[in-house]
Amino acid sequence: MAAPMLRGCCPGRRWALACIDHSSRHGRGAPTGSRCSGKRGQSSVAPQHLATAGKLRKGEHEWAAVVGLEVHAQISSNSKLFSGSQVHFVAPPNSLVSFFDASLPGTLPVLNRRCVEAAVMTGLALNCRINKKSLFDRKHYFYADLPAGYQITQQRLPIAVNGSLAYSICVGAKRSQVINKTVRIKQIQLEQDSGKSLHDDLRSQTLIDLNRAEGQLRVDANISVHRPGEPLGVRTEVKNLNSARFLARAIDYEIQRQIRELENGGEILNETRSFDFKLGCTVPMRDKEGKQDYRFIPEPNLPPLLLYDSESLPAGADPQQVVNIDQIREQLPELPSVTREKLVQQYGMLPEQSLTLLNEVGLLEFFQNVIKETRAEPKKVTSWVLNTFLGFLKQQNLAVSESPVTPSALAELLDLLDRKAISSAAAKQVFRELWASEGKTPAQIISEKKLELMQDQEALEQLCQATLEEHPQVVMDVKKGNPRAINKLIGLVRKATLSRAEPAVIKEMLEKKLSS
Amino acid sequence: MWARAARLVLRAWAGGRRGFTSKAEPQESGRVTAEVIEHLERLALVDFGSQEAVARLETAIAFADRLREVDTDGVEPMESVLEDRCLYLRSDNVVEGNCAEELLQNSRRVVEDYFVAPPGNIPLPKLDEQESFSQS
Repeated sequence: MAAPMLRGCCPGRRWALACIDHSSRHGRGAPTGSRCSGKRGQSSVAPQHLATAGKLRKGEHEWAAVVGLEVHAQISSNSKLFSGSQVHFVAPPNSLVSFFDASLPGTLPVLNRRCVEAAVMTGLALNCRINKKSLFDRKHYFYADLPAGYQITQQRLPIAVNGSLAYSICVGAKRSQVINKTVRIKQIQLEQDSGKSLHDDLRSQTLIDLNRAEGQLRVDANISVHRPGEPLGVRTEVKNLNSARFLARAIDYEIQRQIRELENGGEILNETRSFDFKLGCTVPMRDKEGKQDYRFIPEPNLPPLLLYDSESLPAGADPQQVVNIDQIREQLPELPSVTREKLVQQYGMLPEQSLTLLNEVGLLEFFQNVIKETRAEPKKVTSWVLNTFLGFLKQQNLAVSESPVTPSALAELLDLLDRKAISSAAAKQVFRELWASEGKTPAQIISEKKLELMQDQEALEQLCQATLEEHPQVVMDVKKGNPRAINKLIGLVRKATLSRAEPAVIKEMLEKKLSS
Repeated sequence: MWARAARLVLRAWAGGRRGFTSKAEPQESGRVTAEVIEHLERLALVDFGSQEAVARLETAIAFADRLREVDTDGVEPMESVLEDRCLYLRSDNVVEGNCAEELLQNSRRVVEDYFVAPPGNIPLPKLDEQESFSQS
């Protein structure tokens, strides 16, 4: 037992305090399988009305939906939350189980310091108030993968409360408009994980593995609808959401289902439902009781968890036995929002560009390495990394770490472009070659394929002249004032030069010739 | 010393009852309804079995209810007798586990190092489906 989990809750709009009432008014369905912690945040009602934040119209009535997310995230630690057995993703069944994890009588939970630190770090990163005193409770229910018959969690007084997470989404036809939103985090709590159940319907049995450490990030959604101005409606909990996309679809479906049900005079049961991703709908979970009474009691074997800051730290305290919030705050790495802001300030990129840079694993590092080695303008680097480089990665479904092009190679290429040794079209071609042939440098490719920009002005002039003579009709179009005709000529000259001349230079030369 | 112990015990009782919202609040009359009995049986997997058992439960509740006579206004409930103790923090090292064979000996049935359990939660029959003593 006791793979360490952080759990926090995100209520929907206008939930703040209401969320607490909500959970005590309506029980929750029994959870199943392994567990994580969740974060509840509330989306603020932003001035812009988007589908997610706005009210829904069905029939003649207006409905408001409230969504709370319970996010379970496994803490990255060596040993479990309450025992010294290993946390490891893949292991033979029941091999990472101590006597405590198997709930043998006489065993006691011993709190893992690293998990406390992780919880505090998460709370700080999410702008929460860290509770200097938090308590552990028992949540009772019967299930085969919960041998103790209860789960140790933090229901009354969790370790962190009242946080927020600011995030941006790209909307609009070209996803070019960036909207900033905030979600409130109701609380973050440390929680034990239950075991893993494998259902063998054929033999009518369930196989139990108490290793845990399954499902490193899971989300359950709590959804209810109500008429604006009226009290919150009965909520349902939807589980089995394995991706962000399913999460969105499940929530949309459940909102519509509840509205339909209520408008037809039915009522919503406070139940747990599962998302059937094949049918795109939610269905009641089997063997789940309607209302669960978890009979919470304080965990009798664990005293309150006390945290300190630099001011309140008792003198002469054993550093191993105290957790200093200020110290943890200092150790926090730079948060993404700060990094993004720095990128915008330092390199003049757009906010949505900084978003893309940070959303792809390893891309920021790649970008920074290119910047270090090239003298090209940052905006050029940004454009090449986000458009060309990322485009190639996505096309071949590769991660940044699998890229055949190194930051040095791209930096060298951009230097050559910056020095005007090659045209931008040639640069694109070189990039394609770099991608295809590992090991070759841009310089090698350029000399092999003879892609250097023409230095010989006279030769270029001759080509221009030849092109003009070969296409009298187009020349006529240009002289008549057709603005697009010149582009055709430029294209022809460029082809003749085998991409060894910049379009701008060609254009200038042609215009000079045509006007003379 | 006895008085202090008694006070601590009273505080613990009173605090325990305040900590969480309780579903099964008995009626003023002291009778526990069949609904509540069914609920308790489901939650705790006990079988009250007879009217006598229910009567004993009601007596126990009445006995405990006398605590309400204690005035606890302004008294901070005690949640744990360990409240003055330090919660020991363990270093994040792997020191246990790797005893599957030993643990699995506790299980009547084992399949490939998994504990074997019945399939899912089998719901108890509902009140009206079974002949309940409390209805008679």
